[in-house]
Amino acid sequence: MEANVAVPSENKPTWGGGGVKPFGASYGKMMMWFFIVSDALTFSGFLAAYGLTRFKFIDSWPIADEVFTHIPFIHGEYPMYYVAFMTFVLIFSSVTMVLAVDAGHKMNQKKVIWYMFATILGGLVFVGSQAWEWKTFINGSYGAVKTTDGKILQFVKEKEIDGEMKFKQIALADFVTGDRGDEKVTHTRKNGLWFESGKAVATYSIPQIIASYQADPDVHIRSEKINLEKKEKIVFSREVGASELAKGKLVVEGANLKVNEYGNTIFADFFFFITGFHGFHVFSGIVINIIIFFNVIVGTYERRGHYEMVEKVGLYWHFVDLVWVFVFTFFYLV
Amino acid sequence: MAHAHDNSNVRRIWNVFFILSIITIVEVLLGIFKPEALHLNGWGTSWLNWIFIILTLAKAYGITWTFMHMEGEKTWFRRAVVWTAVFLIIYLVTLLLIEGDYLYDTLAPLVRW
Repeated sequence: MEANVAVPSENKPTWGGGGVKPFGASYGKMMMWFFIVSDALTFSGFLAAYGLTRFKFIDSWPIADEVFTHIPFIHGEYPMYYVAFMTFVLIFSSVTMVLAVDAGHKMNQKKVIWYMFATILGGLVFVGSQAWEWKTFINGSYGAVKTTDGKILQFVKEKEIDGEMKFKQIALADFVTGDRGDEKVTHTRKNGLWFESGKAVATYSIPQIIASYQADPDVHIRSEKINLEKKEKIVFSREVGASELAKGKLVVEGANLKVNEYGNTIFADFFFFITGFHGFHVFSGIVINIIIFFNVIVGTYERRGHYEMVEKVGLYWHFVDLVWVFVFTFFYLV
Repeated sequence: MAHAHDNSNVRRIWNVFFILSIITIVEVLLGIFKPEALHLNGWGTSWLNWIFIILTLAKAYGITWTFMHMEGEKTWFRRAVVWTAVFLIIYLVTLLLIEGDYLYDTLAPLVRW
């Protein structure tokens, strides 16, 4: 335990700056704040880069409401609700964290233990939710076609919503029928003697999709281009759609770093990078919280005489929440 | 420290949580219903986006000042942290967004839809 204790002993100067407290803040707390400033600048660098790219493609950026529409265990489209839930989980775990800090000021070990425990649970729920969000994003739900000039074509059908006829996205599985025509199947290990791995073959082929599109007059094609007046994606007429579809070269199902069914490639890249970097912060926050949690249980801070360590990890935890507030706004709302 | 003071601290934490929750609920409702008057009009960007940004900053203020206990730090320590971050972020974001807009103006006419 000695290695962890930063209380000066035998009047020797310690790594912690000794008794000097500029601005009335201890060495550890001040350094945590300065770390947070630099980390905040890192995150704002990412979000500002996202902003630049979004402004660059302002007339064709994916609309968040049409991308993030799922809730676990429930079918149908419910934009926003799930991320709102995640936001609440994180804010609530921030509250239990600050209650733990408050209990620490009162030297109430039992309460600190329980509040820290609740904070860790909240963090785990959040990371789990984010994993689910990633899984849904990677698997995709509709499928799309990429053309030779690099555009994503999505498929829509007219549906009546609140008495108005509106185009709603449909999945490839909803209208593509017939045989794929090229007899391709995904090559697996059991089919080849020397085979290690191979590219997955999409569920449908381009000719099959074109044939099904021509067979069903209700299906329309939605482009990436946004009507800036109405803030809606432009839906092609049947004829324009057919000529665009003729340029199809790739069936896209889900998302990866090279291509995604939602639209611009770099949209998914930013999603993976920014939410991934934030998720990694949450993960490391949980690990640090667990370490401090056990220190509280074994009574390290009771013996030290103060719970400042809880306060310091608390600062980090609140910072993670703070970043999520901004990610939430700029990825899902704006 | 008097006992009554300790309890008021806890109550304050729950109050701030309540305010943050209300703000989040308002954001989510606006995000789901997107009132047309706010969504399709605005200065620079839509009014709705301005509302989101302002509410986000309000939440950030609540988290930093109460949860991270910035209000209790010495004035110049607070300024060393907050002013530095706010100044650099505004600087960076302004430059990058102007650049992004320029890229759109330059490249968009070259894209055939």
